[in-house]
Formats: sequence, C-alpha cells, structure tokens
Amino acid sequence: MTGLHAGTALGAVAVALVLQVSVLSHLAWFGVAPDLCLLVVVAAGLSRGPTSGMLVGFAAGLALDLVPPADHLAGRWALALVLAGYVAGRVRPAGNVGLPVTLGTVAVCSLVATSVFALSGLVLGDLDLGVPGLLQVVLISVLLDVALAALVVPWLTRLLSVGEPERVMA
Amino acid sequence: MTPPGGSHQRPRALLLALVLTCVTLVTLDRQGGDSSPVEPLRELAGEVVGPVEAAATTVAAPFTALPAWFRSRSSLRQDVAELEAENSQLRARLATSDFNRNRLAEYDRLTAAAQEAGTALVPARVVAMGPVQSFSRTVTIDAGSRAGVGPDMTVVNADGLVGRVLRVTRDTATVLLVLDADSVVGGRVGESMEVGFLRGRGVVGSDGRLDLELVDAAAVPAKGDVVVTWGSTGGAPYVAGVPVGQVTEVYASVRDSTTRAVIRPFVDFSALDLVGVVVASGTRSDRAVIEADGRLR
Repeated sequence: MTGLHAGTALGAVAVALVLQVSVLSHLAWFGVAPDLCLLVVVAAGLSRGPTSGMLVGFAAGLALDLVPPADHLAGRWALALVLAGYVAGRVRPAGNVGLPVTLGTVAVCSLVATSVFALSGLVLGDLDLGVPGLLQVVLISVLLDVALAALVVPWLTRLLSVGEPERVMA
Repeated sequence: MTPPGGSHQRPRALLLALVLTCVTLVTLDRQGGDSSPVEPLRELAGEVVGPVEAAATTVAAPFTALPAWFRSRSSLRQDVAELEAENSQLRARLATSDFNRNRLAEYDRLTAAAQEAGTALVPARVVAMGPVQSFSRTVTIDAGSRAGVGPDMTVVNADGLVGRVLRVTRDTATVLLVLDADSVVGGRVGESMEVGFLRGRGVVGSDGRLDLELVDAAAVPAKGDVVVTWGSTGGAPYVAGVPVGQVTEVYASVRDSTTRAVIRPFVDFSALDLVGVVVASGTRSDRAVIEADGRLR
C-alpha cells in the first residue's frame, strides 16, 4: 500500500466515521444505523485485497472504539472490522467487481463484524442485551448495510482502486 | 502491492498480528478499569473528533431533521435511494424557518425547566449518537469542560431526565442515557413518595421503557403515576426532583416480594436535540448559562 492509497483510505475512514455518528444516526431504523465504516473496509478489501482490507479495518475499528460517544472496551470494533476486511479481501474476484458480488460481500462482512462485536461483548460481560434482541439488531444492520452499500460501495471501490489500472479497466 | 508469491503468506501473518493487537487492547482496557491506559487515547480522540462531530451536525441539521417527518416503519423500509430523493425534494420545501422556530421554542421550554427545577443549566446540543450495534446507549453533546460540564452531572431536557455525563473533553461530553441497560437511577413515585430503582432496557425509540423496582413491596404504584428522581448526595450523578416518566404497567412478584413497574419516559430519545446539563449556580462557562430564575448569564 503506497502513501497515496493509505491517505485516501484513511481520509475515507475519517469522513465515514463522522458521517456515521453525526448524520446517519438520525436515519436509524429501530435504533440501528447503517455502518458506513464497514462499507469503507469492504471497499478497501474488494479493491486492494486482504492486506489493505485488514489494515483499513483495524484503523476504522480503532477509531470507532475511541471516538465519543463510544463507551465499550476498546479493541472490540477493531477486531470485528479486521476480520471483515480479511473476508472482503479474500472474496476479491479476478475481474471488475460486479454489484451482486459487492452486495453479497457486504452482507457477509456485515454479519461477521456485527456478530463478532456482539459475541465479544457477551464473552467479556460488556453487553446487557439478551440473545433475541441481539439477533434482531444483527439482522437489521445487515439489511441496512446492504441497502446503503448499493449506493456507496461501487463508488468507494473506484475511489480506493485509483492507481491500480488493470483492475479498473478489466 | 503484494509481492509475487507472498500473497498467501503475508495476509495470514498480518491477520494474526492484528487480531492479537485487538485482543491485547481489549485486555488492557478491561484490566485497567477507570485508570485504563486506553483512557488517554479516548480523551485525545474526543478532543480531535468532538469539534468535527459538532460541525458536521450543524451542517447536516436541516437534513437530519427531515426523517422525523417520515419516521414510520413502512417508509424507512424502502431503500435509502428513495429516501434521499425525497430528502432533496423536501429540502427546498421545508424552510429552515420552521426548524429555527422549533429550536427557539425548545430554548424557551428549557428555560422554564431550569426555573422549575431551581438549578442552573448549561445548554448543549446532541452532536453524535451511538448506533444500537454498539449496544450501549450513549450520545455526545457539544458542551465540555470549558462550558463548566464535568463527569457525573445530570443531563435533562425540557421534558425530563435524559441521563448523566460519563466523561468530558474540552468541547464535548459523553452522556449515558437513562435507557442504557447499565443505567440505574434512584426514582420516587410522586403520588406516594415511595422510592425505588429505575433500570434501562437498552432500547431506544418509541418503545424505550424503564423498569422501576420499588423497595417496599407493599406499595403498588398506580397507572399514570409520575416518577421523579430521588437524588443523590451533592446532586451527583442525579439531582432530585427531575421528572423521569409515567407508570404504564405494574407487575407484582410474590416470590422475591418486589413490585416492578414499567415506566414510559417523558423524553423522546429518538429525537433528542437540545439538552441542559445541571451545574452549580454561578459556574464559569464559555456560553450563556440558564440560571435558576430563568435569567441568561
């Protein structure tokens, strides 16, 4: 990952983070807001492979863990998004990234990330919600993430794969 | 980007390294408790991102106020594309004058709330809200230590109790809502003066409820009774007499001889905007403080 790519990815993470806590939280459905940071991580994985996916995932997760109003054990979102980035990077198809593949990947990554976050909370005793409530939240967040991904991810993948012509042109 | 032949080796090693880093971080934060080594990082992140969050909220305010007009399950079920199209249409129609008039009315009511409670309030706006995916009900407000806000202060709005301040940075503060499953508030039934404990359920939105467990099992609150805060020593974290909600249902448990009542909070947590932080009268602040007699200082 060159400096330019790292800069673009970190910029995207920063913008996604602020939009997510300040703006998207107003569009919440049953209190669940679409996870824009996750979409940036998936886009990074899809466009540049698992290494990028994991690094961007770690940065985004760490930011989600530390920036207010976060009040959980630091490292939980980082863990969840590192795994999501790895999965997205592994899915990376040979040619251009089609919309069905993108949406499928987002659905899987969203499920992985939200579940890992929730399970880590259960294991660490940092979570007071019952399992049925938890399942509902996980399912709704997958739905919302896929809906937002249809709009955002193709655009993000193009942004993040600048400088990698063989993939853009393919 | 990845060296030839190394594309299978490096990601595995990196994955392991990053996962271990995360686990270390969680462990450090968990063992450290309040004096955790992660806390300074958190403070730093708050100092840097807090003002950005506040700015983003200000810019997006006329747009984010829109969903309140559409907030119904069926309309939100439609995809975001449609919602955004509607947003841009209505953006022109919904004059910001409406929005500003609402805000002025809110300030007026907050002033009245300060007068009723007999306390000084630092006005603040909610600039960020944690998503339900994080499973804790917290919000960020745009008043911090420079505005005279400190940890364990009561946060109210014109309708009643909102929560308490967890931690502050210079320009922002993180507030734990009473709806959070970790939140416990001492409550008193206004009718009978019976005391009990209010616990959140971790659910925000129109079905957000609190559970009231009364100390005296013989006292049964009636439907519609108003519950106010009971208050703690020195007014921290909760001052006394702030309205919390109304009793909607009552359950008596014979086995552990307690009475549990379900409380519908007065505050609409899904549309939280202007709040006030209860401070001591005469606190130095970077903004106008609403004094107990309704004066702005």
